[in-house]
Amino acid sequence: MLNRRQFGLSVAGTAAALGVGPMVGRAIAADKLKVGFVYVGPVSDHGYSYQHDLGRKHVAEHFGDRVETTYVENVAEGPDTERVINQLAAGGCGLIFTTSFGFMNPTLKVAQRFPKVKFEHATGYKRAANVATYSGRFYEGRTVCGLIAGKLTKSNIIGYIGSFPIPEVVSGINAFTLALRSVNPQAQVRVVWVNSWYDPGKEAAAAKALIDQGADILSQHTDSPAPIQEAEARGIYAFGQSSDMSRFGPKAHLTSIVDDWTPYYIQRVQAVLDGTWKSEDYWGGLATGTVILPPFNPSIPEDVRALATKAVEDIKSGALHPFTGPIKDQSGKVVVAEGKTATDPEILSMAYYVEGVQGTLPK
Amino acid sequence: MSLKFEPRREIPAWLVYGTPLLAVALTILSGYFLFMILGLNPGATLYIFLVSPLETQFGLAELAVKAGPLILIATGLAIGFRANVWNIGAEGQLTMGAIFGAGIALAFWGEEGFWILPLMFVAGALGGMMWAAIPAFLKTRFEVSEILTSLMLTYVATLVLSILVHGPWRDPEGFNFPQSRLFTEAAILPVILEGTRLHAGAFVSLFAAVAAWVLLTHTVTGFQVKVVGQAPMAARFAGFSQKGTVWFSLLLAGALAGLAGMIEVAGPIGQLTPQLTPGYGFTAIIVAFLGRLNPLGIILAGLVMAISYIGGENAQVYAQLPQAATGVFQGMLLFYLLASDFLVRYRVRFQSTKARDAKPRPEVAAA
Repeated sequence: MLNRRQFGLSVAGTAAALGVGPMVGRAIAADKLKVGFVYVGPVSDHGYSYQHDLGRKHVAEHFGDRVETTYVENVAEGPDTERVINQLAAGGCGLIFTTSFGFMNPTLKVAQRFPKVKFEHATGYKRAANVATYSGRFYEGRTVCGLIAGKLTKSNIIGYIGSFPIPEVVSGINAFTLALRSVNPQAQVRVVWVNSWYDPGKEAAAAKALIDQGADILSQHTDSPAPIQEAEARGIYAFGQSSDMSRFGPKAHLTSIVDDWTPYYIQRVQAVLDGTWKSEDYWGGLATGTVILPPFNPSIPEDVRALATKAVEDIKSGALHPFTGPIKDQSGKVVVAEGKTATDPEILSMAYYVEGVQGTLPK
Repeated sequence: MSLKFEPRREIPAWLVYGTPLLAVALTILSGYFLFMILGLNPGATLYIFLVSPLETQFGLAELAVKAGPLILIATGLAIGFRANVWNIGAEGQLTMGAIFGAGIALAFWGEEGFWILPLMFVAGALGGMMWAAIPAFLKTRFEVSEILTSLMLTYVATLVLSILVHGPWRDPEGFNFPQSRLFTEAAILPVILEGTRLHAGAFVSLFAAVAAWVLLTHTVTGFQVKVVGQAPMAARFAGFSQKGTVWFSLLLAGALAGLAGMIEVAGPIGQLTPQLTPGYGFTAIIVAFLGRLNPLGIILAGLVMAISYIGGENAQVYAQLPQAATGVFQGMLLFYLLASDFLVRYRVRFQSTKARDAKPRPEVAAA
């Protein structure tokens, strides 16, 4: 019965909000900020949604009595999305984080209906006066992984499991490949698209196919630990995604690209409490702690570890930019000239493979 | 001793109307204990689940938005089920309808014209019919089970959708994200109630269900469907075409599912995305049976289903109920409703093996 008290509070809020509408909801939000979260997957996915929920828990811990959090998990991207977001707003949430790309248009529609509620949409590109966007520079982590892979691969074939061919994922593949070939020009990357963010069955099948094609290191941009488990079973290496996946393959797991939303969530909740919240586009990376790499596998040799650690430091300080020219696409055309670095808009709309990626990008 | 189910010859009226109420009562009772075990306030959680969706204007509108496609699809399916035609692939027909409707919306993107929406309706229905025609052809020509073909075609339809949104129909200004452009105003169903998402599609569903009821109860075609389903031999003697009934019921169900898909993209979604529905085509099968394959019952069943979904979301938002627990509650509701429905039609008998041997009775296998 631990939850009783907490529950009594939220029911009082519910009855008021449901009975008398959003006006009362706002009155409640005035003394206690209600923060809502919408997740695309289950909080138990051990990946993307799990990390967002970890951020929510830290927010609840950090602010204690000043904030109340609530979430809805496994929300399908489709006709139901808008209702869920609307329920949160009508239920008195003053700040709502919608954490999947597919929630973009529904978020904007609800935001129009509730101009006083603040919305934060992850990984999208549409903003409004009360809709901010935020995302992570995951490609920075990919650069570090690429360096490690280049040093460790023996077959010179790296398997890469992709979700959807969108810029976020494509830029990750490219950053990985550029770093990989900077230390090992012979290495190639093979990509398999599974067209899902979370599908353990498909991810495992893709991992098997890539290993059968000779890949001795796997990288993934999908959220389940299935590829790590497959790599562990077959005795090869792999990089985890979103959360620290070392427990799913202690031998295979080299490192993971962990999304840590806690600093950003705390900062934004604080801004709403202070009344300083503004609609912005936030894109945090290694330097802001949005992207972190958990401890490297002890089996990684000392020199490779030093190389990776230096890369992390250089990216943080700005001395190293993952997309530094000359960068050539698959056809050999120079896309980023020598001495230049890719701009943020260029990274955010990346729709080509760099040299070293095999296969063609689905168009 | 053995357990036997035998059909009741006459079903008392109080039983027909009483059992759904009993089922709801049992659900509430079980839910009470479920929520208590989870450490929640059972009364308040039940209230959130069952009553809160009905409390606001927005909630009522959402009920119509959610129940609309379920009712529309289930109505088509029920007519087929009555005729013993088992169309399991409404999800695929819905997807095709959405693709065809969206095709029109995108072809005339940015253009004005009162005719765009009607054209989308026609295209949506045609898309669904076309997809349902494949199992109908295979069934009537080669005796291939429509259960398998219609189900498998669902996956094909989903992949066709995927090709389109990743490729030719992708939003050119959308940074390669797999979705179409947002439809322009002429291709969007108007919102009927300001501040909600209630759109014209709800009336299409209502109209279709009532029309289907008239068809089943007042027309020769409806009679034919029922006879073919219940007594194929009698239907043959009467000169009713078995093949014709297969075609009719599949095409009708396909058209309605296609319409539902088109209404979803032109209504609440407003664009073509890789995931269009939360499984409406499959949920509608449950709705059809929950409504006892009667279009008017289906209207009620669709609303009950919608309440359980929206109540489940509300319970997550307001009571921090885990999503799995909302699924358990919804499952209990369906279980009690369908089980009580079964017990209305069949009587449970305990009898010794001897007695059964001595006195054969009309029996059915425990289904």
